[in-house]
Amino acid sequence: MLTCKDFLHELSEYLDENVDAELRSKLERHISECPNCWVIADTTRRTIRIYKGMDPYPIPAEVEGRLMRALEKKMADKKRTQ
Amino acid sequence: MAVSSLAGIDESQLVAQARDGDADAFNELVRRYEGKIFRLAQHVTQNREDAEDVLQETFLKAYEHLDQFKGDSKFYTWVVRIAVNQALMKLRRRKTDKSVSLDETIDTGEDTVTREVATWDEDPEERFSRDELNGILDTAIQSLEPLYRSVFVLRDVEELSTEETAEALGLSIPAVKSRLLRARLQLREKLTRFFKRKGDDAFAYM
Repeated sequence: MLTCKDFLHELSEYLDENVDAELRSKLERHISECPNCWVIADTTRRTIRIYKGMDPYPIPAEVEGRLMRALEKKMADKKRTQ
Repeated sequence: MAVSSLAGIDESQLVAQARDGDADAFNELVRRYEGKIFRLAQHVTQNREDAEDVLQETFLKAYEHLDQFKGDSKFYTWVVRIAVNQALMKLRRRKTDKSVSLDETIDTGEDTVTREVATWDEDPEERFSRDELNGILDTAIQSLEPLYRSVFVLRDVEELSTEETAEALGLSIPAVKSRLLRARLQLREKLTRFFKRKGDDAFAYM
């Protein structure tokens, strides 16, 4: 029998679907019998999903402007030395 | 920035053109990844000014060392590695008295991160506006230690593989895995405080 500690230890790999069929069925049996681990698995899965959906930060125009100017200068310097 | 005519072109072709000195091709690569790199830099440094520096230094370095990019990994992964190194350097510099080492031994006992066990709302995202939700996610991630934060950001936000994350951070694969588990559990716990279903307990689902 798996303990809760064993289950938590495998949680990431389970959620990433990186466990073999035998271990998977043991883990699934555990959560079907252990409400706490079921909740932890469910909310951890949703934690991962909610962060995956985060949009990239829009870059403020002045920050992008500075980056582009620095690159332009670098490219010009490189050309000069070639 | 205006949409470029290079927008639809394959990454490896852009890299090849950039290597041949095509400035537009390199600028297009910058445009594709600057948002992600800026987000990554903010997450790792937790400091807006540092993140702006990291963004700039990353692409300048990438340009300078483009001939060292061998094409055996994705260009993006290569840029991420540069960005992570720059960001960690910033953290080290800021804490001159206490260096931040990713190899620090950490306690991976999971018992301390599962105190809050409660089911969530069916759709917690609906309870908050987009801005509020981003604020909650940012606050939660900021409270992680840099070692956990970096692993989580690369694996679960930037969606790098375990191997790519290990490579970018100079960690072993088991170290990435144990830190990722710890980070996920800590974040889960923090988010539960915001998202838990009101007046409910864990057993209501069963």
